[in-house]
Amino acid sequence: MAALDDVDVKEGVDQETVDAVSKLSGTYKHGWNTEIEMDYAPKGVNPDIVRLISSKNNEPDWMTEWRLSAFSRWGQMNEPKWAMVSYPKIDFQDIYYYARPKSMAEKPKSLDEVDPKLLATYAKLGIPLKEQAILAGVEGAENTPAEGRKVAVDAVFDSVSVGTTFQAELKKAGVIFCSISEAIEKHPDLVKKYLGSVVPPSDNFYATLNSAVFSDGSFVYIPPGVRCPMELSTYFRINAENTGQFERTLIIADKGSYVSYLEGCTAPKRDVAQLHAAVVEIIVEEDAEVKYSTVQNWYPGDENGVGGIYNFVTKRADCRGDRAKVMWTQVETGSAVTWKYPSCILRGDDSQGEFYSIAIANNMQQADTGTKMVHLGKNTKSRIVSKGISAGQAQNTYRGLVSMHPKAKNSRNYTQCDSLLIGDKCGAHTVPYIEVKNNSSRVEHEATTSKVDDDQLFYCRSRGMDEEEAVALVVNGFCKEVLQALPMEFAMEAQALVAISLEGSVG
Amino acid sequence: MALAKLKQDTTAARLADVTLPTGAAWANAARADALARVRAMGLPTRRDEYWKFTDPTSLTAVDAPAAALFDTDEAPLFDAVDRVKIVFVDGILDAAASDDLTVEGVVIERLADVMAADIHWARDIYGVLETCGQKPVERALAALNTAMATDGVVIHATAKAAKPINLIYLHSDPASDVVLHNLVKVDAGAEVTLLETGPAAARFSKCLEVDVAEGGAFHHVRVQGRDHERRAVTHCFARISAQSTFKSFTLTFNGVLTRNECVIDIVGDDATAHVAGACVGDGHDFHHDDTVFVTHDALRGESRQVFKKVLRNGAVGVFQGKILVKQGAQKTDGYQISQSLLLDDDSQFLAKPELEIYADDVACSHGSTTGAIDETALYYLRSRGVPADQARNLLTLAFLAESLEEIADPALANDLRDRLESWLARHR
Repeated sequence: MAALDDVDVKEGVDQETVDAVSKLSGTYKHGWNTEIEMDYAPKGVNPDIVRLISSKNNEPDWMTEWRLSAFSRWGQMNEPKWAMVSYPKIDFQDIYYYARPKSMAEKPKSLDEVDPKLLATYAKLGIPLKEQAILAGVEGAENTPAEGRKVAVDAVFDSVSVGTTFQAELKKAGVIFCSISEAIEKHPDLVKKYLGSVVPPSDNFYATLNSAVFSDGSFVYIPPGVRCPMELSTYFRINAENTGQFERTLIIADKGSYVSYLEGCTAPKRDVAQLHAAVVEIIVEEDAEVKYSTVQNWYPGDENGVGGIYNFVTKRADCRGDRAKVMWTQVETGSAVTWKYPSCILRGDDSQGEFYSIAIANNMQQADTGTKMVHLGKNTKSRIVSKGISAGQAQNTYRGLVSMHPKAKNSRNYTQCDSLLIGDKCGAHTVPYIEVKNNSSRVEHEATTSKVDDDQLFYCRSRGMDEEEAVALVVNGFCKEVLQALPMEFAMEAQALVAISLEGSVG
Repeated sequence: MALAKLKQDTTAARLADVTLPTGAAWANAARADALARVRAMGLPTRRDEYWKFTDPTSLTAVDAPAAALFDTDEAPLFDAVDRVKIVFVDGILDAAASDDLTVEGVVIERLADVMAADIHWARDIYGVLETCGQKPVERALAALNTAMATDGVVIHATAKAAKPINLIYLHSDPASDVVLHNLVKVDAGAEVTLLETGPAAARFSKCLEVDVAEGGAFHHVRVQGRDHERRAVTHCFARISAQSTFKSFTLTFNGVLTRNECVIDIVGDDATAHVAGACVGDGHDFHHDDTVFVTHDALRGESRQVFKKVLRNGAVGVFQGKILVKQGAQKTDGYQISQSLLLDDDSQFLAKPELEIYADDVACSHGSTTGAIDETALYYLRSRGVPADQARNLLTLAFLAESLEEIADPALANDLRDRLESWLARHR
């Protein structure tokens, strides 16, 4: 593994930072494989495969039709080429679109009936599918009080959901948390009303493909006024070879509700790149709040760029009601190629969107990621904090849009994106789009070291620090802003990230 | 790859009746090559990413939309500055109205003459820097200019020029469609200042290629005319060598559509490149686009991009700026700021401030802000007895001042500040 020991790091970059990046992205811990018998749909995609996936999930006709219309649309679309990533042409007919463990042919009625091999897989990943208080295997979590730190997990293995914990307890609070296939069966009205309402089936090439072939994913509904009693989480595991994973997540936070949602993902080491094209839709009604946190740790390929996951994901939140709030936090360390822009549509007046991101790319990894903040309502606010770190020959791009529509009076945006390069063969790029169409809004975009908050500096100076110390204090803790937004369950990743500092950033 | 249908149609229509001017063999070859490149690239359309914020239709249309002549009683710009005036009327050099072209330190020739000469240094620059500037982004309108231009000036600075050279572009025919191409070659250690003023034409395509040798300096101050209806697309391609300096400033008053592209290649160590601009726009028919691309391909380069826009009554301002730092261009210091002041709710600012960095020991920053006049500052001024209109103008001028500071010669900067002040006073 190309650790970063032999890289000539420029003066000013913290050794601790280099070590942390090396540790986070240097060795892939989750690259083992689960030997398990699988059922596959034939390779390739066509209307029959779409119908097959639909029938495997026992879907009603309207759902099958919805998929088929997306599929015919997909046939007329072209792969997007604008991202700063390059990879060999994907043969969409050489992928399995559906892979299910044989033992899942009959849906287990409870977690006790789930194939022990699958349970063992998740246990090994530190995600035991037991209804216990805390996620075991989370370093640093032992010290937190057990009560109140429950996490409900929906575990997705290749194309199917293996099981969902704490469903009964959540039901008491009125919260629906289940796989999307189960939701289509049991809550068709909700699914029909919201599915595709944030990311329409024609949205973009990968979202359209997902709309046609998604096999499973998670569904969350938080009723009005309910504060979800525990964190919800989905853990995605790709295991089968040559298989694409297309999951669909739909989260609805009704008026005045609150939910914190976590997402984790890993995959075995394979020599052939695999496609992961997910869609996440979040609907946030009046006064509701959703926190969505991701630690993306798909297999990144080896040091020569062989294998790895192509992570082409569409995530979008729609703040429909007034004072709705959504917060995206992402730590991106995995995937060979990432193409991902979790976005916020700030439709309701006084709604808020936040995006905190750390993207670490090493070896041959390529990440093109960022966010879109579309301000439509009055007094809407958004904040973007993005940190990109590249090492090896990796390329890291922040790409974002901040759009203030004419009616979004008195809105605010603040964007900060910094990048750090470790070694002289990698790249860091920033591609922000700013569109301001009214004059009562304020948009500020700035990058880097050269711009340190004067007030903070003044405060430090007034406490007796010299200029250099003050700058170091303000600027250091490169990732702290992002880490503060991460839930407890990601404590292990957070601990490693704390060591990363901005010193020596390039812009 | 085949061009999109719209691109094909636009290009075919525009090139249908084009006959290339003829001259010396090298000139004919450069023009033919440029035309072939236009055909291959296709002219821009609204669907091109690089034209996302600006509609090029009126720039690529077969006929130039007419523009009423602009009448003004204002004294000519830089009147107090000792300079060589070269006058173009609707794109044709007017020798009678121009000064004698003999200036110490520079050789000034007419492009038409140069393109007819069998041997001339211009062949190493004409269309050559423009071609370099076509990667990674295609600029078909610049190639079209290279193919079609017949007039312009060719300036060779061999020492420090005794006085600035002022190109004055007059507009006399409401339908004039003008293509001008200027070349500047600055020898090692030489220095020259180029001033450009005037409304130019109903539709103005202008290309400037600048080659600055080691330790040379090129200063450029441009004021784009007051004519409210003109359209302009301008390109500046500069190649700057070790320890040389390139400084360009553009002030734009109104105009229906202006697209200024500036492409700078820093190829020698320790070189400095500054591009700045201020624009003031009033009205729904104002659209101003600054597109800048600075490439650092040498050590310790310093670049600055400073752009300020003041927009009102539905005016639209665009900034697309990019700093590209190539592998090995260590110790680069790149700075980019784009700011706009929206004086009312109808105006728009669209920006794409980009960085692309492949070297780890560099500092690049880019900032962009948009907003209204600071109410607190306005309140303060009013509380000191300054009338609201005056206070607003004062703050607006202060906002624009940062970009004017990029002009090296204070006399030129002051002249422009006065113009801005009177413009603001007229547009209340």
